[in-house]
Amino acid sequence: MGPLIVNEIISENANMLMAFIIGIGFGFVLESNGFSSSRRLAGMFYGYDGTVLKVFFTAAIVGALGLLFLSLFGQIDLNFIYINPTYLYSALGGGVIMGVGFILGGYCPGTSFCAAAIGKLDAMVFIGGIFIGIFVFTEGFPLWEEFFYAKNLGAPLMSDVLGTSRGVFTLLLILVALGMFWVSEWAEKRFARADYKLNQKEIKF
Amino acid sequence: MQAKKYMNPYVGGALLGLVLVFAFWVSGRGLGASGAAKSVIISGVKTVAPSHVENTAYYSNYMESHPKPLKSWLVFEMLGVLVGGFISGAIGGRLKFKVEKGPNVTSKIRIIFAVIGGIFFGFGSQLGRGCTSGSALTGMSVLSVGGFVTMAGIFGTAFALAYFARKLWL
Repeated sequence: MGPLIVNEIISENANMLMAFIIGIGFGFVLESNGFSSSRRLAGMFYGYDGTVLKVFFTAAIVGALGLLFLSLFGQIDLNFIYINPTYLYSALGGGVIMGVGFILGGYCPGTSFCAAAIGKLDAMVFIGGIFIGIFVFTEGFPLWEEFFYAKNLGAPLMSDVLGTSRGVFTLLLILVALGMFWVSEWAEKRFARADYKLNQKEIKF
Repeated sequence: MQAKKYMNPYVGGALLGLVLVFAFWVSGRGLGASGAAKSVIISGVKTVAPSHVENTAYYSNYMESHPKPLKSWLVFEMLGVLVGGFISGAIGGRLKFKVEKGPNVTSKIRIIFAVIGGIFFGFGSQLGRGCTSGSALTGMSVLSVGGFVTMAGIFGTAFALAYFARKLWL
């Protein structure tokens, strides 16, 4: 039956309302995990706070597994799920430029909106920067048009490229994520700082 | 008021994954962020300089495929993010106007680098067809090759440059 909008179970306007509600959930979860804090986000790159890697990889594997299970039980048709097309050069080039922005600015776009919502002034000016960056891109588009469209691979999946099934690749992703969790936990102890406290709930086993 | 503790990151990650799956189930698409900022820019340019939009291929193509740029899924989703973030901050006792920075940097320097970082991120998100949310997180969960490439680009570069930017954060 899913996706609801593709199968015309809900209207276009209802889809916009759902987008707003989904956004509330997105923003709430980001803020509750401290993604509204640039020191916490930047902490990943110095090891003293591994939250971003933990949240990011847990979400990615829950997302991937959730899609597989919904498909298995006939609740979603994976053919109607939007897959970002892959233009190899711009995907990598864009990622590298965003990486520069991340380490200098301490936010990414989603987290900056979330941080601005609770009053972080550094996030508000970061958002101003995002607007400038996008404006530069749209105004100067002919300059990077060729690079933008180069090496179009269509919309391939990792499982296709590696010649395996979605399930097997998701299992691989889970194993990589477990490795990331272990590294983050180790780094938080190894690079702990006297001037920074991990103020979060612990899971007790 | 003392700020409450953050959620456990694994619990938080699982919840974020469920929000993502719910978005797929309802709307057939994942989460995003930078696309909303792009809609705002394009409708802003259209309001200020309509003839410029008509005469520039990039804008006119965009307007053809998105006749009402602000009535977009991502714009509504990002409005929700502002509301959801505010609610969580209010519950956690974290609503406060402040500049957040590393211990050894002035607020002025922090603000300057936040603007520069935003410019890079805004530009890169257009080149990479999506940011950490739309391209990396959503792309990875649908196993898209582009999602993994962009993710590696973002995190690899930030890790590689961390040493040079250490004065900002440590």
